[in-house]
Amino acid sequence: MGVAKYIKDEKDRVLEVIFQSGIKVKPHYGPKDLEEVGFDYEKDLGEPGEYPFTRSIHPQGYRTREWTTRQYTGFGTPKETNERFKLMISQGQTGLNVAFDLPTQMGLDSDDPLAEGEVGRVGMAVDTLRDFEIAFEGIALDRIGTGLTINAVASIMLAMYQAVAEKFGYRPEVISATPQNDILKEMIGRGMWIFPVEPSVKLIGDTIEYSMKVMPRTNAVSVCGYHIRESGATPAQEIAYAFQIANTYIEEVVRRGYHVDQFARGITFNFNIFGNLWEQVAKFRAARKLWAKLLKEKWGAKERRTMFLRGLFGGGGSGLTKEQPIINVVRGAYYALAAALGGAQTTALCSYDEAYTIPTPYSALISLRTLQLLMDEVGLRDTVDPLAGSYFIETLTKQMESKILEEMAEIDRIGGMKRAVETGYVQRKVAQQAYQWQKGLERGEYIKIGVNKYTDPGPLGEEGEVELHKYDPRTAEEQIKALKEVKRTRDNREVLKRLKDLEAAARQGKNVMPYLVEAVKAYATVGEMTKVFKEVFGEFQEPSIF
Amino acid sequence: MQRRIKVLIAKPGLDGHDRGAKVVAYALRDAGMEVIYTGLHQTVDQIISTALEEDVDVIGLSIMSGAHLPICEKLMQRVREEGLEDRLVVVGGVIPKEDVPKLKTLGVKGVFPGGTPLQEIVDFILKNAPTREGV
Repeated sequence: MGVAKYIKDEKDRVLEVIFQSGIKVKPHYGPKDLEEVGFDYEKDLGEPGEYPFTRSIHPQGYRTREWTTRQYTGFGTPKETNERFKLMISQGQTGLNVAFDLPTQMGLDSDDPLAEGEVGRVGMAVDTLRDFEIAFEGIALDRIGTGLTINAVASIMLAMYQAVAEKFGYRPEVISATPQNDILKEMIGRGMWIFPVEPSVKLIGDTIEYSMKVMPRTNAVSVCGYHIRESGATPAQEIAYAFQIANTYIEEVVRRGYHVDQFARGITFNFNIFGNLWEQVAKFRAARKLWAKLLKEKWGAKERRTMFLRGLFGGGGSGLTKEQPIINVVRGAYYALAAALGGAQTTALCSYDEAYTIPTPYSALISLRTLQLLMDEVGLRDTVDPLAGSYFIETLTKQMESKILEEMAEIDRIGGMKRAVETGYVQRKVAQQAYQWQKGLERGEYIKIGVNKYTDPGPLGEEGEVELHKYDPRTAEEQIKALKEVKRTRDNREVLKRLKDLEAAARQGKNVMPYLVEAVKAYATVGEMTKVFKEVFGEFQEPSIF
Repeated sequence: MQRRIKVLIAKPGLDGHDRGAKVVAYALRDAGMEVIYTGLHQTVDQIISTALEEDVDVIGLSIMSGAHLPICEKLMQRVREEGLEDRLVVVGGVIPKEDVPKLKTLGVKGVFPGGTPLQEIVDFILKNAPTREGV
């Protein structure tokens, strides 16, 4: 997805522009448009850093702090991943974002028969704490924040991150992790789910509650509109569904007797940046405002910081094309511009070769340099929310706000996000939209350069120009050997005891985090801990959407 | 009377990206075929047993993780063991050009890397699906 619909006359003059969220764009805008949408300077915009934070959560935006760059990185063994982390940090990257391989994301050990062919392929393989000790060796965990892109077993990885930090001498209060930890979006897109909806949401509640008490700098959840959009949602749905998912997690913690001011700042977001530039900028501005309002009005937040929408606006994967891949460098730069104009605090940019391969150091660095260039060279640090006050952007922001609220109301009507996911409602809706969009693209209703217009690559070259990341089958052998060595040298009686304690805690509905930390420290494997949860919680049954 | 082509769309392995699989499933259904979708995280054995139970004409795999070679190798071996060689096997996903001939050697008849137009997939299946008499 990612482009607006243009209706033209026979002379190629644009008659109508319709954004994916369903908003029609006029040829020009003026004060009358602001009047029509009921724009009010104080109520809708206000000062940067002040409620409702439409312009920014910081009074001076990027002047006081430029965005954190956090390229999604990880492959092969923990050692290879550690080397790539260090390369990116030495090149000016300011945060980490760990990619895990599929077996780890599915709670399988590297020697599990179901893991065959997948160990270390799309991310780093992790079986025990030993792998984290290698992956984070030499990284200043009190200064570098780390995203852990993992969901169903995010609780285990968070426990492991705490354990490795302690091992390296960092107290839990000083470390900052952001496990992705958003299972409902996995059930809508991406597909890395294991346990059913209820216990999965309970586990997320555990991580939020635990982080609040033990690791206050950690953001326990990154709610991802991102993958829902990649699966076929419009920009308005992306925000609406993410907010409804966030509401579900908040509810889970409020139910335990806490107030949002105690924990909601640990709920962050991950939003997508591909698509029409103006629509994305308006989307981010509207989202910031709506989130603040939601926290204040629905959940009774009193503290400003609770109302901050913080997150990573980045990626852009499904906007990039397989055709004429080098053009994706330029596309990505414009997507990154949308993130900067939208006030992203944290960002990352998909690399131009991702339709083919795991990014090489070359392509990953081009992405990082694109982000650095916007801050240091192009002028995005100059003034906060530079598009504020534009008749067009303010009108559009108000319109996006209405669209997002409409989509949220629809989820309320069907009984909330847990139900919308269990019944397959959202999955069906976004899949059908993805199909309609694909047909539109093939009919030429939407334009995608290299795909349905200017399709002759000429000297730009095609696939042959992209260097492929080679998967090394020895990765699995090495990883399995290391796992066997850990199993041979650990205290197996201790492991068994810790797993039993974990099981008892899970059955009694206790917060499992302290038990996970103990099991992790005893070098229990990801597979062993996941197996305990599977026995207690069962597994998710995917609803049929056809 | 010739029966409708019956297609199994399957997501083998651990990869959870199913947008492409679902889009293709809709397209084949709109083209008049009967489509069954397995859902995620299927083992090769599960896929083969669904193919047998449903007596499908076509097995379509969607693989985005890069593990298409080991998965297809395993699947084609099971296809031979179960005597399903007359069925059409196709695969789509993140597949580099250099792997296309390797997949064909394994016995995969159609390979559709990301970006393949839906009509091309529909036409290929219409043309190559085994014609079997219905009852």
